[in-house]
Amino acid sequence: MTRPNVPAGAPERPFSDQPPVEALGRSGRRTLSPEEAAEMAEKVRKVEVVISLVLRIGVIVSVVVIAAGLGLMFARHGAYLPVRGHFSYHRLTSRSTPFPHSFSSLGRSIASGQGRGIIVLGVLILILTPVMRVAVGVLSFVYEKDPPMALVTLYVLAVLVGSFFLAGV
Amino acid sequence: MTPLDFVLSLALISVAAGVLGSLIGLGGGVVIVPVLTLLYHVDIRLAIGASIVSVIATSSGAAAAYVRERMTNLRAGMFLEIATTTGAVSGAYLTTVLPTRFLFVFFGLVLAYSSFTTFRRRHADQPLAVSHDRIANYFNLHGSYYDPAEQREIPYKVVGTKPGLALMYAAGLVSALLGIGSGALKVPAMDSAMHLPMKVSSATSNFMIGVTAAASAGVYFIRGQIDPIIAAPVAAGVLLGATFGARVLGRVPSKTVRTVFVIVLVVISLEMLQKGIFP
Repeated sequence: MTRPNVPAGAPERPFSDQPPVEALGRSGRRTLSPEEAAEMAEKVRKVEVVISLVLRIGVIVSVVVIAAGLGLMFARHGAYLPVRGHFSYHRLTSRSTPFPHSFSSLGRSIASGQGRGIIVLGVLILILTPVMRVAVGVLSFVYEKDPPMALVTLYVLAVLVGSFFLAGV
Repeated sequence: MTPLDFVLSLALISVAAGVLGSLIGLGGGVVIVPVLTLLYHVDIRLAIGASIVSVIATSSGAAAAYVRERMTNLRAGMFLEIATTTGAVSGAYLTTVLPTRFLFVFFGLVLAYSSFTTFRRRHADQPLAVSHDRIANYFNLHGSYYDPAEQREIPYKVVGTKPGLALMYAAGLVSALLGIGSGALKVPAMDSAMHLPMKVSSATSNFMIGVTAAASAGVYFIRGQIDPIIAAPVAAGVLLGATFGARVLGRVPSKTVRTVFVIVLVVISLEMLQKGIFP
């Protein structure tokens, strides 16, 4: 098996966490010296780990909150449970089903200990996870000293936050 | 069927949707929307709300793994998000202006064409070694990933950022207008137009679709389209499936990923054409 971009006789690079030097660099035409590239590799790796961690935390927290809400909902509504019961799920999935869809109704729902309010909270945490990821992206490009990419990510963050305000949240 | 049966059965189907979605870089709405409307007879508006939740769940669940494994091209993904988020926001305003039927037909034809171009590229997955694309060179969007199936590091260069950006804008627009098609246009944009390797295209699409969906999720929440009893099993099931699916992608050959993607694309394209022609 031949590997491109590797001189003959070079040791086979096993899978490492570090990205290869030829894939590194920041915006602009400047090429990196070997020392800078090594430093950059470490930074890029750190950023990847942090972004992955932000996504993982968001996902785990939202699943735990959603599961708690579901458990609470079934605990409070015995009629939802029986396998041979007569209560159809259609009563909860029609257009007239009441469920929170604004922050004030969500607050009231959670305050009264309703499971569906807690589920909606978990779903909102899930929706905010990509937004958090973009925010961390801005910081990470500042950390990598890459202003053009930091600006690009900042624009994306502004559009995202703006979209929530435009929606009237 | 009681609510408990509904939640458990829908969660199981969502696991499958999550595996498929994470593997080929789509949101899983392809599975969720028809299942909810045809099998469970749920209102289409609520089904679309669940689809948005499914997209974000697939994205966050799979991307956590893909970013750690360096399968995602972070720079290219974040750069292209300029176009997808702008498209998503402008789409929210165009909903009232454009006739939906026309959009379904147009989008169906675009997907049919991109499934054809993706299929035609099935034998050629040679990454580029040189790029003269000025934008890609300036922002250094090139990358390298480790392919466990081929057991080697694969460096690649990126070209065609301008057509890529245009397609990403369209992807954002369409996903806001129709509530679908986040990844269906993103993967071909990166695979065919920008020459990213297929697996990197899929992983980077996964990374991006969550942000595109989040840009329109606020609207869906306020309009009351996110029903907790539907969203809960979808979110939990898809997250589980996507986490599992993300472990599979590396080990599968690129050709398989591409084939599965083309099949799903043909299905979506027919679905869109049917909605536009025989509503």
